[in-house]
Amino acid sequence: MSNLAGMFPFGWTHYLIGGLCIGVGVSLLFALTGLIGGMSSVYTTSWSYVTRHAFFQQVKLVASREWRLAYAGGLIAGAAAWWMLFGGGERVSVSFHPAQLFIGGLLVGYGARLSRGCTSGHGICGLASLQKPSLAAVLTFMTTAVVAANLVLRFGGR
Amino acid sequence: MSPTSRSTGDLSGDTTAIQVPTVRSWAQLLSALSAGCLFGFGLAFSTMIRPAVVLGFLRGQDFGLMLVLGGAVLVTFIGYRIVPRLLHKPIIGGAFAEHSAVMDRDTLAGAAIFGLGWGISGVCPGPAIAGLGAGSWELGYAVAGIAMGALLQGLTAPRKA
Repeated sequence: MSNLAGMFPFGWTHYLIGGLCIGVGVSLLFALTGLIGGMSSVYTTSWSYVTRHAFFQQVKLVASREWRLAYAGGLIAGAAAWWMLFGGGERVSVSFHPAQLFIGGLLVGYGARLSRGCTSGHGICGLASLQKPSLAAVLTFMTTAVVAANLVLRFGGR
Repeated sequence: MSPTSRSTGDLSGDTTAIQVPTVRSWAQLLSALSAGCLFGFGLAFSTMIRPAVVLGFLRGQDFGLMLVLGGAVLVTFIGYRIVPRLLHKPIIGGAFAEHSAVMDRDTLAGAAIFGLGWGISGVCPGPAIAGLGAGSWELGYAVAGIAMGALLQGLTAPRKA
């Protein structure tokens, strides 16, 4: 029991319930529309509204940009609903330096799109459909993320 | 590869260009919105919208992220298998997409770069967006970074023949 407490200092039920909820969302999208919904693609498809560059005007990107944006809008609404129900009147503040968020984000965006998936595309959808490339991607990004997170700590970051 | 939304019984009667099926699009948007709601609620409930919690996992202090990912994968695994057996086609029409990830150098190089950024910031694409809904406006910096990264990737992608 103490072992469990060591692995989950903040408890574990909210993690499991939240994860199940995410799975229901992804499955619901599939049942309703037949679509497989990772989250990194919206950052590429939305550029098709802004730039005429050929890459962003590919048919498959333009054809999916609307539902992907609606899906992203749902994310915001869902988290807002959580905030209203369970947030206790306090917003969730993030105390990291803007540069840490922006530079990390740059690598996240570039890498996820190069790899064609992120924690949800490869991690949830890919693993759930037993895709070997996704498993390889997950193992790869878990490894580099652990290294990076510990290096940040080593060099005095948060 | 492409999650096709090919229009079969489309009422628009327009057979010229490759088109997004207009008849279904409102249903599709509403579907994506509600599915996204559950997704976002789950991300917030599981505290994955807090970069500090994600970094805590990556530093071996809290294994919660494994439960989130495991729970989500388990439900989705069942959903992807059961739904096509219960339904001939998706509820709003169309066809079930096949997930086929490609394995090449980009898959792994991209994942490695993604991991570096994830480890530096504790932020990934979904939670960055969802967190905005819980008032974490600071995550706007991360969303801007991710968007710029995605733009850079598209602009530098080799042209397909």
